[in-house]
Amino acid sequence: MDKQVAEKIAFNEQSERRYQEALEMYPTKEAALLPVLWIAMDQFGALPTEVLEYVSSRLDLPPVRVFSAVEFYTMFYREPRGRYHIQVCRNLSCTLRGSEQLMGLLEGKLGIQPGETTEDGNFSIETAECLGSCGTAPVMRVNDTYYEDLTIEKLEKIIEGCLGGRSSSELLG
Amino acid sequence: MSKKILSANFDLPDSHALRVYEETGGYRAIRKILGTPGDEIIEEVKKSGLRGRGGAGFPAGVKWGFVPKDTDQPKYLCVNADEGEPGTFKDRQIMEQNPHMLIEGILICSYAVGIERAYVYVRGEYVFQIQRLAAAIAEAYGSGYLGKNILGSDFNLDVVIHRGAGAYICGEETGLIESLEGKKGQPRAKPPFPAVVGAFGCPTVVNNVETLSSLPFIINEGASAYAAIGTAKSTGTMLFSVSGMVEKPGVYEEAFGVNLVEFIEERAGGVLGGKALKAVIPGGSSAPILTADEARNTVLDYEALAEAGSMLGSGAIIVLSEDVCIVKALQVITRFYSHESCGQCPPCRHGTYWLARIADRIENGRGEPDDIDLLLSICPEMMGRTICVLCDAAAMPTESYVKKFREEFEEHIRLKKCPMDGAPRLLGIE
Repeated sequence: MDKQVAEKIAFNEQSERRYQEALEMYPTKEAALLPVLWIAMDQFGALPTEVLEYVSSRLDLPPVRVFSAVEFYTMFYREPRGRYHIQVCRNLSCTLRGSEQLMGLLEGKLGIQPGETTEDGNFSIETAECLGSCGTAPVMRVNDTYYEDLTIEKLEKIIEGCLGGRSSSELLG
Repeated sequence: MSKKILSANFDLPDSHALRVYEETGGYRAIRKILGTPGDEIIEEVKKSGLRGRGGAGFPAGVKWGFVPKDTDQPKYLCVNADEGEPGTFKDRQIMEQNPHMLIEGILICSYAVGIERAYVYVRGEYVFQIQRLAAAIAEAYGSGYLGKNILGSDFNLDVVIHRGAGAYICGEETGLIESLEGKKGQPRAKPPFPAVVGAFGCPTVVNNVETLSSLPFIINEGASAYAAIGTAKSTGTMLFSVSGMVEKPGVYEEAFGVNLVEFIEERAGGVLGGKALKAVIPGGSSAPILTADEARNTVLDYEALAEAGSMLGSGAIIVLSEDVCIVKALQVITRFYSHESCGQCPPCRHGTYWLARIADRIENGRGEPDDIDLLLSICPEMMGRTICVLCDAAAMPTESYVKKFREEFEEHIRLKKCPMDGAPRLLGIE
């Protein structure tokens, strides 16, 4: 991001409203950090340096506090992800139900490794630790939506749905 | 005979709606206690024997009793909905299917302790559950169950949802508080305990979703009715999350005291594909493993599982069949603890890393004969030496897997590969 763009970083109207609401929820300004990072992720799609500097200035926090928090939590991303960001659970119950093969199929289909994004920016994949859906293993998330009891057929349909441009919550529809 | 307290409404249409909750006796408990001194409510909860359902099993009423009475500071309730213990998926069920039961539990606890603000810390991935809970909170405000002068009394309560962002350690109560305050979720040294110095330096109760959701029944039916369910020391019911190699994985509510293997067979349909049972992890991935014989000889309650050398934990039962490789299971769970160590205590930072690395090389056929004893020598050095119990939660199961299934580790090292390479597989791939 060049300097001109960086100078323009600011919350839009909706984010600003959510920001003010977040401040009211806590007795300290610092405590609003996680909600404010979520607001920033929603608006900017990722948290590059310029966005984190903006967040630190809004919350009167030293930049190092904001950067270290972002590095600590796995759901905050410094780089943009694919339009469809797929997280495959790799913990025990999902491994028992075949999540390693599932990830192998995805890698083959999309031609990328966990942590990578396809060249067209459509897909990114990564492994995740327990997603709290062990009773319906194997499970994965596409953006914010869970896909459970996965089979090869379901996986094929989900990828087809992505290629057809469906929203992440309606991929099997 | 299964007793339904927490899951009674789960199968009703629109079970998450306020209307359904009210029609089935919801918000009767809070009406009943308004006007009663908080201390009496705390005593009632103590008498019920209710213990924390997040994993530690600490008596809930006793925990509340530690909060100082004569303080000028505000007091807080932190609801632990950061469900992250591998194998556990029951708090999400409550938030999805009966969020008002949780809200009423929050009301009861807050009223008893004198709390006016509750934070519900929900793990970041539970987006749908957050929406469900937020809608229920809005309904509760709209009907006078939350906000100022609740149901015409002088009791005020605000409930705020705080979304986590992906960190297992934030399920540890002081890690949760740090994270709520906008910091990395690194647990605090105790004492002071949160009841005295918790969120924002103020007295704080931290309770799990399921613990709080048990409260409306205790108030409505009485502590003795609750204590009559289950066993003498493990009272009431628990939502057991059953996963792994079983026919019918899912959340099943059960009174304490049932035989572990009978429970798996009767409620969860038994081992997948009629295979033989190899082992059971009874309380989430932090719990030491039980062999099939040990599982057959124990019942589901806090004391029996402790006596069997394991723990009830969060009630997450992971079933391993004869075709599951124990070394593979250890590789997966040690990788998890290594990934989730917050890094502040050296025994955990280094210990979890080495357990994961050694388990990985044994599973991948690169283990050395000394590796088995190396694993066993690391574990005791990791126990009881750190700020929180994540380190113990990695070492305890590791020790149990190696001691109880040593021949599988030896076989991997001798063959220089996993004899069950790649098993188990995704259903449909042969």
